Amino acid sequence: MEYIDNLPSMDLMRSEKMTLVQLIIPVESAHRAVSYLGHLGLLQFRDLNDDKSPFQRTFVNQIQLLENFPQVKRCAEMSRKLRFIKDHIHKAGLMPGLKQSPNPASQPDIELEELEVQLAEHEHGLIEMNANSEKLQQTYNELLEFNMVLQKAGDFLLSSGSHAADQETELDENIHTIDDYADTASLLEQEMQPGPSNQSGVRFISGIICKSKVLRFERMLFRTTRGNMLFNQAPADDQIIDPASNEMVSFSFFMGNILNSVEKIVFVVFFSGEQARTKILKICEAFGANCYPVPEDTTKRRQITREVLSRLSELETTLEAGLRHRDKALTSIGFHLARWMNMVRREKAVYDTLNMLNFDVTKKCLVGEGWCPIFAKTKIQEALQRATFDSNSQVGVIFHVMDSIESPPTYFRTNPFTNAYQEIVDAYGFHKNVAVGRVCCNKRNAKIFLHFAFGVIVGWLTRLVKFEVSGNVVVLMGYLFGFCLCEMYLKIYSSVGRYQEANPAVYTIVTFPFLFAVMFGDWGHGICLLLGALFLVAREKKFGSQKLGSFMEMLFGGRYVLLMMSIFSIYCGLIYNEFFSVPFHIFGSSAYKCRDATCSDARIVGLVKSGETYPFGVDPSWRGSRSELPFLNSLKMKMSILLGITQMNLGIVLSYFNARYFSNSLDIKYQFVPQIIFLNSLFGYLSLLIIMKWCTGSQADLYHVMIYMFLSPFEDLGENQLFRGQGVLQVILLLLAVIAVPWMLFPKPFILKKLHTERFQGRTYGILGTSDMYNDEEPRSARQPHHEEFNFSEVFVHQMIHSIEFVLGAVSNTASYLRLWALSLAHSELSTVFYEKVLLLAWGYDNLIIRLIGLAVFAFATAFILLMMETLSAFLHALRLHWVEFQNKFYSGDGYKFRPFSFAALNDDED
Amino acid sequence: MYGFEALTFNIHGGYLEAIVRGYRSGLLTAADYNNLCQCETLDDIKMHLSATEYGPYLQNEPSPLHTTTIVEKCTLKLVDEYKHMLTQATEPLSTFLEYITYGHMIDNVVLIVTGTLHERDVQELLEKCHPLGMFDSIATLAVAQNMRELYRLVLVDTPLAPYFSECITSEDLDDMNIEIMRNTLYKAYLEDFYRFCQKIGGATAEIMSDLLSFEADRRAVNISINSIGTELTRDDRRKLYSNFGLLYPYGHEELAVCEDIDQVRGAMEKYPPYQAIFSKLSYGESQILDKAFYEEEVKRLCLAFEQQFHYGVFFAYMRLREQEIRNLMWISECVAQNQKSRVHDSVVFIF
Repeated sequence: MEYIDNLPSMDLMRSEKMTLVQLIIPVESAHRAVSYLGHLGLLQFRDLNDDKSPFQRTFVNQIQLLENFPQVKRCAEMSRKLRFIKDHIHKAGLMPGLKQSPNPASQPDIELEELEVQLAEHEHGLIEMNANSEKLQQTYNELLEFNMVLQKAGDFLLSSGSHAADQETELDENIHTIDDYADTASLLEQEMQPGPSNQSGVRFISGIICKSKVLRFERMLFRTTRGNMLFNQAPADDQIIDPASNEMVSFSFFMGNILNSVEKIVFVVFFSGEQARTKILKICEAFGANCYPVPEDTTKRRQITREVLSRLSELETTLEAGLRHRDKALTSIGFHLARWMNMVRREKAVYDTLNMLNFDVTKKCLVGEGWCPIFAKTKIQEALQRATFDSNSQVGVIFHVMDSIESPPTYFRTNPFTNAYQEIVDAYGFHKNVAVGRVCCNKRNAKIFLHFAFGVIVGWLTRLVKFEVSGNVVVLMGYLFGFCLCEMYLKIYSSVGRYQEANPAVYTIVTFPFLFAVMFGDWGHGICLLLGALFLVAREKKFGSQKLGSFMEMLFGGRYVLLMMSIFSIYCGLIYNEFFSVPFHIFGSSAYKCRDATCSDARIVGLVKSGETYPFGVDPSWRGSRSELPFLNSLKMKMSILLGITQMNLGIVLSYFNARYFSNSLDIKYQFVPQIIFLNSLFGYLSLLIIMKWCTGSQADLYHVMIYMFLSPFEDLGENQLFRGQGVLQVILLLLAVIAVPWMLFPKPFILKKLHTERFQGRTYGILGTSDMYNDEEPRSARQPHHEEFNFSEVFVHQMIHSIEFVLGAVSNTASYLRLWALSLAHSELSTVFYEKVLLLAWGYDNLIIRLIGLAVFAFATAFILLMMETLSAFLHALRLHWVEFQNKFYSGDGYKFRPFSFAALNDDED
Repeated sequence: MYGFEALTFNIHGGYLEAIVRGYRSGLLTAADYNNLCQCETLDDIKMHLSATEYGPYLQNEPSPLHTTTIVEKCTLKLVDEYKHMLTQATEPLSTFLEYITYGHMIDNVVLIVTGTLHERDVQELLEKCHPLGMFDSIATLAVAQNMRELYRLVLVDTPLAPYFSECITSEDLDDMNIEIMRNTLYKAYLEDFYRFCQKIGGATAEIMSDLLSFEADRRAVNISINSIGTELTRDDRRKLYSNFGLLYPYGHEELAVCEDIDQVRGAMEKYPPYQAIFSKLSYGESQILDKAFYEEEVKRLCLAFEQQFHYGVFFAYMRLREQEIRNLMWISECVAQNQKSRVHDSVVFIF
């Protein structure tokens, strides 16, 4: 026991020791203190005003004491203005991110109040500039459209052969009548022959309309005039911006031509009658068609066109000048934008944090509570002192440690290497949450749940199929789907290990890549993975600083996992002697040789042993021989069971360390001991038999031994006996296993009940609550105890579930480790198929093209199926073995993560 | 197949039902309303709403807020959600969802026609229309002079066309005509919707017939009360009642002959579900009748969520959200006009 206590402590094994601290900060230095703490990022504030609505909080509205403090609302308003400006900069096609100054610290810090004033000015200026240029732009577009209409409508009028130059119409009128006194009787005739009908009272309206509306527009016109009209249309040459839509068109004048423009159609409607005119005009208005007057006369039309064009060019220069001016203004703002946004975000975070604090009785100080790691206490105190000093406060900040009943948050200090493994372990919380259906019904959760359920169902279905189709491509898709979504939402739901409980990540660092490699053993593929991983590791600095796509980000985050996985796969591949399924004689010559020189019967009859045993791993000569599959299957199956039993035993031993650490002797006596007895008396014994069989080369049938150990324990083992006294040992082990079940089921709940009744014996009254004064001062403090009810039936049912889970789990988890065998078999078979049926087949032809095609197919299959899909599949199975089979032995995973108030984390959250 | 929806409903409707139930849990709760009622300014309201699902829709609004902006943005959220569901829906759910908007369409048609009658600007009117009831050629409604033209020009292309068969006259439009048109359209719409739901069958039919009957009955009562003292004859009034619902047919006979509100009350108190509503009112009072009806409706709509595998939840959700927006509008108006004492007059708590 002393030996265990004297073991060197592992950093990652237990989460950091945390402590609850109380800060009493004088009002005048509160803001500075909190922002210094934000820079430090090692203190997690507890919300002491949980029950108050947002606008009852102190710093939302200005209060009499703190008149100089900007409020949260002001910050929100400022960030809105910043968003507004940023939008405009983006629309103008200027990239603020690139123009950001390289060294923000060198710029002088400006005060928040000053910034607010500046922002208001900038916003005002921008809005004004927009309004001006918008007006100009609108006129410009109108003229552009007018020009277009003039051209197109002129063409119509010309083509209809109307050269009635004698009658001129006014420019400012929309409607141009040739003859005001139409003969209504000849309406139909006019409609039939539009060309020479000018004399008989046909008027026309010309205009321009969106292409998408033109069909409906025409139909509507037809209906209203009962068919008495002629509709001519022609597409406008250029894309034109609609003058009516106020959609910031002016903003990006040059880009706008591409972005906001629509295809338009120029139309000319011929009709007759005054009533029809009003109706058509109304319809034009309703459809948003812009009507422009077009004079009948060609010379007049030319004159107007000239005028329009000259005005257009004038406007263009004005617009451009305005645009340059605005661009300049925006660039100068863009220079500071990132820093300002950062500043406002920090300011807002500080006020949000201040809102979590409470006033003390005198209203002169703010009282805050929070969690911090013990090692950070001095740093926090330093920061607080600095704050007091810098704000010239008379009174220092009081910082003291408090006791707490609530469980502290879990915090691991990880480095880039261990971080990925810690993430793998933390992801378990999500897995568990979904499994117990704790997903409540709100919008986001409903979606997640559906997606996840779908993924799991597909996974299960394909898994059923899997045992028939030995390729596991299908299985993978299901898991892949479920997992990708799972990965996406992990950030929302990760709940981490309980405070200070044993952290599986320590062991995962080695066992995870190892179990992966058992399934992925191929040193050729391993080298490919290694190259990829090394590339990621070597470019760490470069990738770390830039934004990556979601997939790339995932890869990059797990680069060290990938590295370890590849190294272990090379190791396992050497043991399996697999290199793209080509056997190599690396460690000397083979121990076996063929019966004759042609070696034709190796597949049917087998090989003969001739020399020394092959020194390392599987003998290469066995590839393709009769005994290859039976031997490998037997080896891998037994090996998976051995690995599984070892890992599960490790899990149970860790539960012992947990119980010891939390000095819970009950768990040791009534949970750990029976569990380890149960597992080892059945499956530990099986492992013993396996090792013994390997060592002695016995022919005993282990299935038979294990099955008859239960069915008829007293029968003689016969030829299956491996050692003397085996029969007696079996009976003893069986008895032990049978005893272990009630041992772990009954005593614990009864003892708990006894302890409970003893503790409250003779107490008829409950403990008095703390005084009202105290409550007022610190509502919802972590110091207040929770009153727990002891419910025997609940405890008993819980224990029953736990025991049954363990007993059944011992069988099913052992079987579950057989996936190691299945996956590794599938992997080697798949690579054999690609090598033999694709590459060698193509090589059989004496044709360069076929060989090249064969090579290409082989390369693609290797890269996409074997390297990508198989990696993922093996990864997921290794993940499952860790989450379920290993961690459920000891890991409760119901803690919550330490989220310190930190400006650095704030920046990460953005976007 | 009644009672077997659980087998097949989720094939097409499962995803959307999950979505709509998720949306529902985003509705404001009584605690939210309590907080909102304490607000001093519209900014406070925005502040509070930013913590709810309305947050993203309001966050970019510059500070001097108006009631209309709040309502507009909240409606925008509802419309976005509706559009999301509509694009995901398959038959017959998509038709069902479309049916929900026809009521707004009728209201919009009436709004524009009345507006043009009083020579308002069409653009201004269009802005006032409910976005759910928009259709392509809605602006051209202004062209029409009488019912026949209205139908022939514009409405023949819309889903409302079949409902028009009963009210095509060549009379010129006036306020009375338009009101009668609205009610005739509504009657036809409700009956059509009712038939459609019966065709779907199962729990949808059961729940929707309850909800629609209530709607029809409420309209019948409102028509009766509003037509007291107008030139509408009894027969005409009788024609405006929908041909289903709890009051059909005997209650309608009684309502048709009512001459004052107490007679309406007498007719209604024979029906137990409505007795409770009318017993809340003192004699001769009709102001809070609307609120009482709304409360009853909200209660029934919430009950629709108690059962699974039916389309009623979509109807119920849309209605509840509309009620919520009405509440928000009332609260914001009260806050904006410093009438905080009246804030509770018209707010219907949903949960």
